[in-house]
Amino acid sequence: MAPATTLTKPPEGATAPPGTPRNRKKRGGQALTGWAYAAPTALFVLIFFVAPILLVGQMSVSDWGLFAGNRGVNAPENFTDVLDDRLFWPAVWFTVKYTVVTTVILLGLALGLAMLVQEANRWTGFLRTSFLVPSALGLASASLLFYALYSPQSTPLEFLGIDSFLGTPNAALWSTVALIVWRFAGFYMLLLLVGLQGISGDVYEAARLDGANRWQTFRYVTIPLLKSSLALCAILCVTGSMLAFDQFYILTKGGPDNSTLTIVQLVYNFAFFGQNNLGKAAALSVLVLGALLVVNLIQFRGLREKES
Amino acid sequence: MRTRITRGYRRAVASLAVLGLVAAMAACGSSDDEAGGSSGAITAEGTDDGAELTLWTRAPLELQAKALVDAYNKTHKNQVKLTIVPNDDYVAKVGAAAGSGDLPDLFAADIVYVPNWTKAGLFSDMTERIGKLPYADKINQGHVKAGTYEGKEYVLPFVLDLSVIFWNKKLYKEAGLDPEKGPTTLDEFKSQALAVQKLNKPDTYGTYFGGNCGGCNVFTWFPMVWASGEEVMDAEGTKALLDGPAAQKVYSTWRDLQTAGAVHPGSKDETGATWVAAFQEGKIGVMPYPATLLKTAAKTVDVGVTPIPGVSGGQSTFVGGDGIGISKDSKKADQAWNFLSWLTSEDAQVGVLAANDSSVARSDLADNQYSSKDPRVAMINKVAGEPASKTPYAVNFQQAYNAPGSPWVTLLRNQVYGDAGALAADNSAVTGVLGQ
Repeated sequence: MAPATTLTKPPEGATAPPGTPRNRKKRGGQALTGWAYAAPTALFVLIFFVAPILLVGQMSVSDWGLFAGNRGVNAPENFTDVLDDRLFWPAVWFTVKYTVVTTVILLGLALGLAMLVQEANRWTGFLRTSFLVPSALGLASASLLFYALYSPQSTPLEFLGIDSFLGTPNAALWSTVALIVWRFAGFYMLLLLVGLQGISGDVYEAARLDGANRWQTFRYVTIPLLKSSLALCAILCVTGSMLAFDQFYILTKGGPDNSTLTIVQLVYNFAFFGQNNLGKAAALSVLVLGALLVVNLIQFRGLREKES
Repeated sequence: MRTRITRGYRRAVASLAVLGLVAAMAACGSSDDEAGGSSGAITAEGTDDGAELTLWTRAPLELQAKALVDAYNKTHKNQVKLTIVPNDDYVAKVGAAAGSGDLPDLFAADIVYVPNWTKAGLFSDMTERIGKLPYADKINQGHVKAGTYEGKEYVLPFVLDLSVIFWNKKLYKEAGLDPEKGPTTLDEFKSQALAVQKLNKPDTYGTYFGGNCGGCNVFTWFPMVWASGEEVMDAEGTKALLDGPAAQKVYSTWRDLQTAGAVHPGSKDETGATWVAAFQEGKIGVMPYPATLLKTAAKTVDVGVTPIPGVSGGQSTFVGGDGIGISKDSKKADQAWNFLSWLTSEDAQVGVLAANDSSVARSDLADNQYSSKDPRVAMINKVAGEPASKTPYAVNFQQAYNAPGSPWVTLLRNQVYGDAGALAADNSAVTGVLGQ
């Protein structure tokens, strides 16, 4: 038996076993090529994702005025000031309420629309296009459009018999939800439609043979097989709603009486409207980032468990 | 291997640190060398040597800013390059530029924000230059005071925007009111608005106000208090006095009008974006209005103009608009001063601003060839010089009053729509923000 340390010459043309100098050199070259390919993207990520997050992190612990610049460390005061702000908890509560309302309505409606246009007939093309068209409009433009529709100056929606679309907390919330549903329902419909069309007809055939009625087919076949698409829509919708800004900035500016103030608008107010305090705004941004991470992690975990 | 990497890493970090230090020192050095950008003796006219100057202003002043810059560029070697910034983006843009040392040579600021911006050191000291102007004491003192910090003057008036009462003469005639006589007291304002309301014309209302807009009511309600001989804040701008008898009368007047259904329903949602539109469409009888919009409103409505009255008479206006100064980052202070010196001259004030129906910023030029043609314009110029006309001063003005959801917005909404008994607490909340 040859000792374990004995080196035997490999046959001509054979691949060098792991650990040999020739192999190390080759692997080094491969790694370098890999890094070269990845470098532009890595650099991009570093400049546009990692660096801003680090800067926000630094800002969040600094006494950083919009006009005055960085005046040194101010932690944990930035965070305690945010938590003590009279508008912080109302903004958190409103953002959560808005997120729940929007997500439930949007997903329900989008699923209904997707099922409505799932089967091809002479109206399908027209309906699919009609539902999707609002998604082509920018959110700010759509908000301005609705601002004009809701405006008592022009009262184009007077026939609905509503006195004020934005003048009371409830009216302002539901008017904004209506805008968002109009703007995004078609987009989520499209995502769910792709999911629906990915379900094989054989499964429905089998369900029919087993005697399942329409509701049972929907409940026990469609929904379970659509879970991935639904989860994707839910993640997008929750994330978008938690970061809501444009629509409220244009329609209500957080009013009336701060009743529609979202967390991101509060960030904006800290930074540019009155307080000019970038440190405090960054501290709230870090808290929002943390909350989003937690919510998304929970959603992803739920998705994985369901998939398994 | 590890040692080599560590050593290389340390060397790289050390090199970067040295580079950073050198850059920082270079930046400090350059700002010291160029402080103020002055190249010699300070003169009243500054320098006109063909330099290119940059100027930023916000969109609402586009008309006046373009007219001024065009006139200056035609008659001077220096050339001003104007940048108009959307109103809502202006604070952020100035803030970002201030942080990176990239402010333009000249920039205008909403006059109520000027105390905060001078305190933050965004403008260069112009005390000596302003002192050399022969008409320095005739320049609107409200704007000059707003731009004065610790005894040094940083800002001159760019464009004045005054608040006055506008009424619709046609609706007044229909309502049996004297179409040539606007309100001279708060009670007259109320009774005239109610008279128009009683016409019961579809889509036509007695009055309008920005019910969800802090800035609109600072601009229009503060003069009602001043005309009554009271103040809205202490002289330091740190304590709110919004619960005095005159202020309470202002609130109760608007609450009564609201209760009587004489306020346009759009007022309750109004964030300021459309608060002048209904009057311009001929749907409103009487309301406080920005004087700069006289020309626009007069295109569609036969407009009467009078100063804002107090509880039992008096006249006042909010001397708003924008102030302008030389930025801390300008390397061409003498050339920038040449523009500002010209801006306050008769050529610019009368030849450009008055010719475009804007108010002049010098009391000695209030009566001029253009104002004499329209008594309304002459009246607007005159009220700017009234003792009760003011520009309020507070470092935290934006946060306390103009910001959406400010404590002032809460106060005014409570007084018109909600719990009027919350006045003392709401006034304390405004004081709390002013004193921060």
